[in-house]
Amino acid sequence: MIGSRAALVGIGATEFSKRSGRSELQLAAEAVFKALDDAGLAPSEVDGMVTYTQDTNQEISVARETGIGELSFFSRVHYGGGAACATVLQAAMAVATGAASTVVCYRAFNERSGRRFGQPDARLGGEPSSQGMEMSWHVPYGLMTPAAWVAMFARRYMHAYGARSEDFGRVAVAMRRHAATNPAAWFYERPITLAEHQASKWIVEPLHLLDCCQESDGAVALVVTSVERARDLRRVPVVVAAAAQGAGAEQMMMTSYYRDDMTGLPEMSVVGRKLWEQSGMSPADIQTAILYDHFTPFVLSQLEELGFCGRGEARDFVADGGIEIDGRLPVNPHGGQLGEAYIHGMNGIAEGVRQIRGTAVNQVPGTRNVLVTAGTGVPTSGLILTG
Amino acid sequence: MTAVTQETVHQLAERQIAVGEVRGTPAADPVNLPMIRHWTTAMGDANPVYTDEEYARGSVHGEIVAPPAMAQVWTMPGRGRDEKGGTPVDDVLAALDGSGYTGVVATNCEQTYHRYLRLGERLEPATRMTGFTGPKQTALGEGYFVTWNVSWYSSGEPVAEMLFRVLKFRPRERKPQSGSSQPYPLRPAVNRDTEFFWEGVRKGELRIQRCADCGELRHPPGPLCPKCRSVARTHVVACGEGEVFSFIVHHNPPVPGLETPFVVAVVQLPEGVRIVGNVVNCLTEEVSIGMPVRVRFVQMDDELTLPMWAPGGS
Repeated sequence: MIGSRAALVGIGATEFSKRSGRSELQLAAEAVFKALDDAGLAPSEVDGMVTYTQDTNQEISVARETGIGELSFFSRVHYGGGAACATVLQAAMAVATGAASTVVCYRAFNERSGRRFGQPDARLGGEPSSQGMEMSWHVPYGLMTPAAWVAMFARRYMHAYGARSEDFGRVAVAMRRHAATNPAAWFYERPITLAEHQASKWIVEPLHLLDCCQESDGAVALVVTSVERARDLRRVPVVVAAAAQGAGAEQMMMTSYYRDDMTGLPEMSVVGRKLWEQSGMSPADIQTAILYDHFTPFVLSQLEELGFCGRGEARDFVADGGIEIDGRLPVNPHGGQLGEAYIHGMNGIAEGVRQIRGTAVNQVPGTRNVLVTAGTGVPTSGLILTG
Repeated sequence: MTAVTQETVHQLAERQIAVGEVRGTPAADPVNLPMIRHWTTAMGDANPVYTDEEYARGSVHGEIVAPPAMAQVWTMPGRGRDEKGGTPVDDVLAALDGSGYTGVVATNCEQTYHRYLRLGERLEPATRMTGFTGPKQTALGEGYFVTWNVSWYSSGEPVAEMLFRVLKFRPRERKPQSGSSQPYPLRPAVNRDTEFFWEGVRKGELRIQRCADCGELRHPPGPLCPKCRSVARTHVVACGEGEVFSFIVHHNPPVPGLETPFVVAVVQLPEGVRIVGNVVNCLTEEVSIGMPVRVRFVQMDDELTLPMWAPGGS
């Protein structure tokens, strides 16, 4: 079992901005230095590196830049933001098997000032790869932005369960409320109201602008090592109680419109089952959740898939501040990607670590176990972190 | 269009021609002065014999008469009014619509007037289908010529006749583009697993992959049958109808080659598979889940045709 063999011992991040003014490789290196300093480890003690297939910085490039010497393990995880928690899974497996002793996971990009994922790219459908073939059933019709892909699910979800745009809006309001008291957040001191959410322009109906996360420049790095080694380091070890990936039957990259149901995230259900099984926990054991929030509707779906509420009941769950700091399940106390920054889910893992350490700016009192998820609508991953 | 369907439409047309003359719904109103006044005003016909009672009394008619060219006006059902029974031509036109010959253009209209009509006469139309030819290659696209004759009766006496012919054609649609000769920028990748689909689209067929061994239908298609592992692939041609399963209205950001807002839907086909495409020919606010739609083949540029969906169904 992967559970409780590895621990997160260091986190590091650059500032979150719209224009970093430096290369993605520099951002990666800065975040790695901060994470190693946080852990109290020297670069030379790192022997493994994991990132996303989408990251433009090769493991060896970051290693070269940061003075990390020899590597005995390097790996990448595919499927966009779905890779986030899986980088830690890879690291934990490497540590558990002895493939590496200390692994750095990182994600660095100029997603706002450089290549913006939300902009249509006509080349998406042109690739004769299996993913290009998949995209070819959608791109020619202009169905080619993440917001559009998610909106197609959201419309069906609304139809099936009577959810309304306001229900999605409550997620955005909660995230922005959290970000408003997080000085690292781009939307620090800028909360929104539900009326502002409703008045924001259409991106892709049924999604308003404020249903969509921001675009950010920045980097986050994490350091993973064995639980034994973690006990000797300067920080309270944050144990990876469970780590899992998940893909559903008939899975596609953001466009799984051809399976029976279009109202859920079966891939997150796979992740949830594995997490509960590995950790021996249940939703009642989780005090804080970091749910991937690139688009608000999938926060509702995740609450359902992970068992925090029943199917179609998430809108009741988020009503009356249910996912705010003082609610029944505080979600994304840092403000999430809607409020803090869009670092492809890696900033959420860092927040999970802070919540366990008890050092978060919006600390949820009594947090012992945190559930963290990665990108939704894609093959994804998740973690349960514990003290 | 397959040979089978061609034969079916021809057979249907022959049957409808054999039916002969079918009486239609009598005129809602008798020949009347207000309608004549509207019509002559609209047409710019100032002849006082149609509207001036005193003048008409002194004319050869001795009373007001209706312009002969109004023959068709008296029995037109009007928009939204149900025409009971219909005509022998209706089914043929509907069958052509259903086979993708959705375009229509009137090619001939020849009217014969036996006498002038007087105020108070109530006309009754009767229609017989008289001709069906095709498929013909025309400048508008492949199509069929459908001909019918209408006779108008006043108390059983024939007073006017009309021969009417239309060309029902498969529209060669073209997306309006800013730079007209620009190729459409959003192109699908095509490989040996998906080639059959795009070849079908060019021929006006919506093809669904079918396993030649176990018969399983599959869309999007792939190299083999996940159910029985067979690589023997064939396809069926979808009937072209569907229902909106989910949809989006794209506003931002701009998408190359398309004008916003545009609608994309997941369409559930009665064959049991789903397919994604644009919903066209209707206002974005009119699209809803469950809406019946029918496939249309839209030519995007010289090489690419895309299947899209328009409101309508059986």
